[in-house]
Amino acid sequence: MMDLAVSTLAQGLMWSVLAVGVFLSFRILDVPDMTCEGSFPLGAAIAATMITSGFSPAAGLAGGIGGGIAAGIITGLLYTKLKIPAILSGILSMIAIYSVNLHIMGKANIPLLRVDTVFTQASQIFHLNMTYSSFAFSLVLAALVGLFMYWFFGTELGTAIRATGFNEQMMRAQGVNTDSMIIIGLLISNGLIGLCGAVVAQNNGFADVGMGIGTIVIGLASVIIGEVLLGTGSFKVSLMSVVVGSILYRIVIAVVLYLGMPPNDLKLFTAVLVTAALAMPLLKSHLDIRKEAH
Amino acid sequence: MLNVSHISKTFFKGTPDEKKALQDLSLTLETGDFCTVVGSNGAGKSTLLNSIAGAFYVDSGHILIDGVEVTRMAEFRRAKYIGRVFQDPMKGTASGMWLEENLILAARRGEPRRLCWAFRKNDHEQFRQMLAGLDLGLEDRLQTQIGLLSGGQRQAVTLLMATMKKPKILLLDEPTAALDPKTAAKVLSLTDSIVKENHLTTLMITHNMKDALRYGNRLIMMNSGRIVADYKGEEKQNLSIESLLKKFEETSEEVSDRIILG
Repeated sequence: MMDLAVSTLAQGLMWSVLAVGVFLSFRILDVPDMTCEGSFPLGAAIAATMITSGFSPAAGLAGGIGGGIAAGIITGLLYTKLKIPAILSGILSMIAIYSVNLHIMGKANIPLLRVDTVFTQASQIFHLNMTYSSFAFSLVLAALVGLFMYWFFGTELGTAIRATGFNEQMMRAQGVNTDSMIIIGLLISNGLIGLCGAVVAQNNGFADVGMGIGTIVIGLASVIIGEVLLGTGSFKVSLMSVVVGSILYRIVIAVVLYLGMPPNDLKLFTAVLVTAALAMPLLKSHLDIRKEAH
Repeated sequence: MLNVSHISKTFFKGTPDEKKALQDLSLTLETGDFCTVVGSNGAGKSTLLNSIAGAFYVDSGHILIDGVEVTRMAEFRRAKYIGRVFQDPMKGTASGMWLEENLILAARRGEPRRLCWAFRKNDHEQFRQMLAGLDLGLEDRLQTQIGLLSGGQRQAVTLLMATMKKPKILLLDEPTAALDPKTAAKVLSLTDSIVKENHLTTLMITHNMKDALRYGNRLIMMNSGRIVADYKGEEKQNLSIESLLKKFEETSEEVSDRIILG
């Protein structure tokens, strides 16, 4: 039971990197970016291919980040320079990356058994079993990502990117190239998502060409659960709420699986969960009006 | 300071909706000129301001700011010369960000955005003093989301943001149109004092004839993309609402109700 709790926490922290990436595109930039579903398996594919060809697991993470960054730049260019709607830009990237991933891996699935991963290395360094070392590694990872985000979005560049998400017109009037801001934002977002893919592949022990399906909804679920619970009072609070949301999402999943829900229904369950969370404000206002009427 | 020569702009060219928004318009503003712009809806006032700001390029003609040709310069590049306040209070600020975060964005107008911490040592103190000057009690609300402020407060902050880094040209597009009369008067007198204090070259669109007469040292009237009347200095000081309205009716076939009531 303790092991289950620790591994749930580890999963939540690990996947919070993806959630932070989704938060960056959907919330900070206000660009609904579907590239996620491509950059996540891209990061996994690059990491798995690199590790099985003899690169270190850490280099695999760097490769995952690089792949995600490239994907983000392409989506950003489609959206800002070719004026293709954001959703479609992301879908185009995502579809294109599917083929790219098959090229990178040479097949649909690469197992990472009997090779070193960041998790086996962490268990040697921390002298912990795999469950606890996963937790330790994920905690350090989430903390580093959180610190990076907090630092970056406190810089002149980061502040300008945030403001571009709120009001492009105003930022052009302040002398900021808003196209560049959106591209940089998408690049960081997908870099993080690629990193998450590289980490999850090493944790799962395989990279699979289909592992990106539904990641956007997982990311959104984390963002929305966090927002509902902690609100969006400041950037720091929003950032923390995403990580908390990601952990809570994993806890909910662990609980429903424990209660006997078939794993095949996970994606359906997640979609319903996100729908409910999104509809919450509307339902609440309807209820309030009813209450006042009585 | 501002030299607009023979600019024309046609929207939806070659379609049934074709609209000649600016027709061979020329305008020169000296340093420190505060020029108000009046004219009926569709006269081309906003098009004039937007073409100076670079929201789109003009079809022909030239725009020079302080001797620099900006005709084909991207909007964000020429922003270093220009301060802007929009008609809609929502447009000038980032609503989800703190007051101080909005101010820091404006404090670096036209500068490259670097990877260093946005706030420097004295920024907070400086912002506090600037806000205290507005006399709206905003100096203690640096960490309030802009979206929680009233329309008037937001316009005052936008004005501060447009002028905190002294612009060569200040463009005000009906800055008080969305405000109640009392707040509008306050924001306008604030505008006037900031413009005078900093000796700013200003172009302000207004639909209110009284305001157009009260403020500034020059007044231009526009109709169908042209300047149809231009009053300077003493001539403007001695101008009465009646003669202005008469001129207005002479030049425009359809007079908007707002102007008569203003």
